[in-house]
Amino acid sequence: MIPLNWYLFVSGMLFCIGIFGVLSRRNAIAILMGIELMLNAANINLVAFGRFMDPSVLAGHVFAVFVLTVAAAEAAVGLAIIIAVYRNIEHINVDKINIMKW
Amino acid sequence: MHLTLQQFSFIAVAGLTIISAALVVTLRNIFHCLLFLALAFLGVAGIYLLLSADFMAAAQVLIYIGAIVVLMMFALMMTHRVMSTNVIQTLGQWWLAPFPIAAGIFFALFRVLIRYDFKLKGVPAAEPTTGIIGTQLLTRYVLPFELASIVLLVAMVGAIILAKEDKPDDSP
Repeated sequence: MIPLNWYLFVSGMLFCIGIFGVLSRRNAIAILMGIELMLNAANINLVAFGRFMDPSVLAGHVFAVFVLTVAAAEAAVGLAIIIAVYRNIEHINVDKINIMKW
Repeated sequence: MHLTLQQFSFIAVAGLTIISAALVVTLRNIFHCLLFLALAFLGVAGIYLLLSADFMAAAQVLIYIGAIVVLMMFALMMTHRVMSTNVIQTLGQWWLAPFPIAAGIFFALFRVLIRYDFKLKGVPAAEPTTGIIGTQLLTRYVLPFELASIVLLVAMVGAIILAKEDKPDDSP
């Protein structure tokens, strides 16, 4: 039997790697990749707690399905915004997207 | 320390996930990052299998690897000028600056994990889980289920409108 803390450890580590990716990249697509890693960490947490608390109701799985839905919507809209930005200013470097700054 | 086969496979799958996630955030070539992201998603699907969450593992492979990674690959190809290897993807010489933030958050989480006992012991898993998830979605969670469909519809329409090319000649 795998203890619950092992899952939480992996999930926390994945979350911190995602935070590092979001903060250290300047390509907008790489930032989206970091966000996906963080959403996966949250999903592991939900499914692990659902498995250990009440496995007959599967509340953790249902919440993870909703997180999956939001992740898919976020990826679609985010990539569409990135493509629109690229079409207008020819790069997706988030340090240089500052035309709304005065 | 004696490890059972289940614990050993968990360590293998978790190590694969963590290593490929670390490569996702550190590699220079953005295309390699995307491929390792797919590998990390596969490792997370393996963790779901060890949690006896068969539906979630299948959905992870289908949606994350089959849809999101492919979508990101499309976006990478459309912005190919920035994905060439001579473009610096990270913050230049400051790319290690976020490391203390991430390490600090991880240290705080780790302290909580080793201090606090959740007092949850393993219970026999319910499997197969697909039927239970379907019943829950259409009885107890029916309102969030319908809201999720609206979110998906709005996101799809919004993505189409955002990514559509503006043609100035046929605009009213």
